[in-house]
Amino acid sequence: MTLLQLFFLFVSAVILGSAVMVVSTRKMLHAAFWLILALFGVAVIFVLLQASFFAVVQVVIYIGAIAILILFAVMLTRRVMADVGPQVIRAWWLAGIAAALLCAVLVWLLSSWNGFTASLPPLPQRGDPIAELGQALVSPNAFALPFEVASVLLLAALVGAIYIAWERKGK
Amino acid sequence: MIPLSWFLILAAALFCIGLYGVLARKNAIGILMGVELMLNAVNINLLAFWRYRTPAETAGPAFVVIVFAVAAAEVAVGLALIISAYRRRNTVIADEIDLLKG
Amino acid sequence: MSIATLIWLIPLPPLLAFGLIALFTHRSKGLSHTLGVGAALLSWLASMLVIWRAVRLPDLGQNPITSAVDWFPTANNWFKIGIQVDPLTVVTLFFVAWTIAMIFIYSVGYHNYGQPVGENDRPGLQPHGATVTDAHGHTHRVPSVEPLYSRFFAFLSLFAFGMYFLVVSDNLLSLYIGWEIMGLCSYLLIGFWYAKESARNAAIKAFITTRVGDMFMLLGIVYLYSVTGTLNYRALFADPQMLARLAQAPSYIPGLSVAGMSGLLLFIGTVGKSAQWPLHVWLPDAMEGPTPVSAMIHAATMVSAGVYLVVRIFPLVSAGWAESGAITPAMSVIGFIGAFTALFAATIALGQNDIKRVLAYSTISQLGYMIAALGVGAYAAAAFHLVTHAFFKALLFLGSGSVIHGMEHGVLHTGEHIDPQDMYNMGGLRKKMPVTFWTFLIGGLALSGFPLVTAGFWSKDAILTGAFQGGHWIAFTALALAALLTAFYTMRQIALTFLGEPRTQAAAHAVESRPSMVLPLVVLAFFAVTLGWLGIPREFPIIGGALPDFFENFLHGMAYAVPEIEAAGSLIPLFTSLVVALGGLYLGWLVYRRVAPGAADPLAAPLGVVYTVIRRKYYFDEAYDFLFVRPSRWLAETFTAAWMDRGVIDGALHAIARAFVWIGGALRRGFDIPVVNRGFESVGQGARLLGGELRQVQTGRVQQYMITALLVALVFGLLFYYFFVLA
Repeated sequence: MTLLQLFFLFVSAVILGSAVMVVSTRKMLHAAFWLILALFGVAVIFVLLQASFFAVVQVVIYIGAIAILILFAVMLTRRVMADVGPQVIRAWWLAGIAAALLCAVLVWLLSSWNGFTASLPPLPQRGDPIAELGQALVSPNAFALPFEVASVLLLAALVGAIYIAWERKGK
Repeated sequence: MIPLSWFLILAAALFCIGLYGVLARKNAIGILMGVELMLNAVNINLLAFWRYRTPAETAGPAFVVIVFAVAAAEVAVGLALIISAYRRRNTVIADEIDLLKG
Repeated sequence: MSIATLIWLIPLPPLLAFGLIALFTHRSKGLSHTLGVGAALLSWLASMLVIWRAVRLPDLGQNPITSAVDWFPTANNWFKIGIQVDPLTVVTLFFVAWTIAMIFIYSVGYHNYGQPVGENDRPGLQPHGATVTDAHGHTHRVPSVEPLYSRFFAFLSLFAFGMYFLVVSDNLLSLYIGWEIMGLCSYLLIGFWYAKESARNAAIKAFITTRVGDMFMLLGIVYLYSVTGTLNYRALFADPQMLARLAQAPSYIPGLSVAGMSGLLLFIGTVGKSAQWPLHVWLPDAMEGPTPVSAMIHAATMVSAGVYLVVRIFPLVSAGWAESGAITPAMSVIGFIGAFTALFAATIALGQNDIKRVLAYSTISQLGYMIAALGVGAYAAAAFHLVTHAFFKALLFLGSGSVIHGMEHGVLHTGEHIDPQDMYNMGGLRKKMPVTFWTFLIGGLALSGFPLVTAGFWSKDAILTGAFQGGHWIAFTALALAALLTAFYTMRQIALTFLGEPRTQAAAHAVESRPSMVLPLVVLAFFAVTLGWLGIPREFPIIGGALPDFFENFLHGMAYAVPEIEAAGSLIPLFTSLVVALGGLYLGWLVYRRVAPGAADPLAAPLGVVYTVIRRKYYFDEAYDFLFVRPSRWLAETFTAAWMDRGVIDGALHAIARAFVWIGGALRRGFDIPVVNRGFESVGQGARLLGGELRQVQTGRVQQYMITALLVALVFGLLFYYFFVLA
């Protein structure tokens, strides 16, 4: 067990633990904070995977925008949510079984794949990976189309969100 | 040297926890948080496969960028919906929005 | 046009008239009678032309004018239908054409054409008179026109067609067809005033009684056809070999040959149609019809058809007579019935008071004369009497119709409620209705056989001579007695009607009839006088031989086989006929010339119970009613209708229906409701229950849906993996 592996295990425990807290804690505010912690943990994993760019993106976007948004929403709906009573539906046990089952099935399926226990191949010698990513994203031979579609999606989401949440005057 | 399987198992576990949150949480925002966890698990998976299988390609990271964008858009719209529903019905409990009941 | 074509066309005009009147012109009285009379005159003209040409042909008896066409196919050849004109046809056609034409013309006046419509007249009832108001405001009642005027002419035309068709035909089957058509028209015309119950009953009686005769006649035709294979006259009656074969072949009745049996069967048809005893009962009742009908059917044509048939089949009934010299059994039967009927009907005529009834029984009696003549073998005499009788009997009937019209006029004038047909209400009419009187007198004298100047004398004398010369004493005596009675009741009739003084006010106010009625009387009277001079026998003292016996010579062309009779030259028959005729007339005049109004019949007291029996027609009607009519009624109404039809057949049907209804009910109760209805209901209820349970799945909660979807997907995935991937 190398140090790296130990570190990985530690980070995994943090992630999974805070994820469990997200889905089980009673108070929504605490759940939001636990979510932030889980997202941090995922950023660390990205670093371990030598995708440092994405670690930063994770922190900036996920934690800096999405989690804050969630916090806003929690605080905006606090009045009605007294955070009392059970926070799960009555069939939560069935959901738990389903989820556990799915996890087991996934793991088992993947384990029968011969590349499951592959080890780390060396990074290729190349230039700036970020620049390459950027070029791939706008290159017509690569991923320009998904990029454009994603931007349209963002636009639609933007417009839609504003429209949905618009409070009608005098209603 | 961390084998690929560790990452995959981590991603699977995170995914299923998020799934449990989606299926079992009462609060709509809690459900949304479960969705975020699931998306993160997907990202981990994507990058793990990219690093261990095709580190020379850019398809992996490109896909991850798209997932980021989609996640953001989805959260925005979802929260807008929740807030709108909250305004009308004064509740965010998913169970109470059961207009499709037969 | 060839004579054969002309003969084919003779029956056609009346048939066309019938069709046209029935279909098109029946609303117009004038048009209908024009068609009827026109058709009768056309046929008369055609008949006269045919007769004119036929009498010039030599040997008409051996070579008659014939023409035939294929009618329907029999086994290996065709049954032919055609025309045949031989001497018998010629003489028959003569009187048929004249009498039919005269009766048609008479009917125009009889049914009061041109008179106003009576206010109480209904179709189916006799007209009762109309009230007219003249210029001075006086109202009087006048005779009214017959409501069913056109119908009469239609039926009369159909009848004329039937008779003409019968006369010109050349085989027994088409004769039978014409026979039956006339039977039908007789029914229709006797029941012409159908609203009257007695007329309806009389029509049915006539039809059924003649039907009895016709049934046997059909048997005879069938029998003859089955033995010989033909019904053609020439093939049957003009072929000596055929006649000899039939005379020798034994029939089903021992003692009778095929010829005799078939002849007798056919004769029974004549017994019905010519109203011989015992089937005579329909003819007097048939007087319910209008008088032209009585004249036509019961004097001139239909009853004469019966005699015509017997003359036609004379070779059949007399087959074997010429060889053996003794009359055949068939001839004996025929002779007996004829002579008996002649005497029998003459006695009944003595006791009748209705002017038409007397004539009806007189007709029966005279037909008996003719049949008796045939029975003794004097077929030429029988044919002669047939011709003369048609004329004077039609004359008498039409004259009686004129009398009745005159009486009805008187009744309308005075308003008396008397029967205009009862002779005891008449009297003195010779002054009021002279032409009718003189023509009626001529007819009556002809009927009685007044010597020399009437046709009846010559024909009756021929018959008596024939009977005498054959040595048939019983027949001779019976016929002589009948002739005496005939003269007596004829004079009785004339005296009661025309002589003396009027016995009622109506008779005092009678008037002569219209020209359309009187003219036929004159024409017929002419023939009643002169026709006899065509048949003066050679043996007649003084004048015999001056004129050839046209009739006898002509008719002997028929060449029927008769044994040689020595012309006895006896004067006894002549003497007898003179005595009975003149004696009877004188006696009648003596007894009846002065009968006071309201007095009883002078014969009633002397004859006592015999008179009653005669008046009641020997109670034959009552006997037939008891023997035949009541049992038939019982059979029809009780046995067949009530027991068999309603009881058995309807009962069976009702039982079957009830059984089915019960089965239906049982199926409904036992199977349909519990099994089918409840079964399907329970299916529906089950579906509803299932739906009720299943709807709980739809909670509207999305998370539950997702959990379910995930679980199901996992299960499916595992199954898929196991069965497809690992296989």
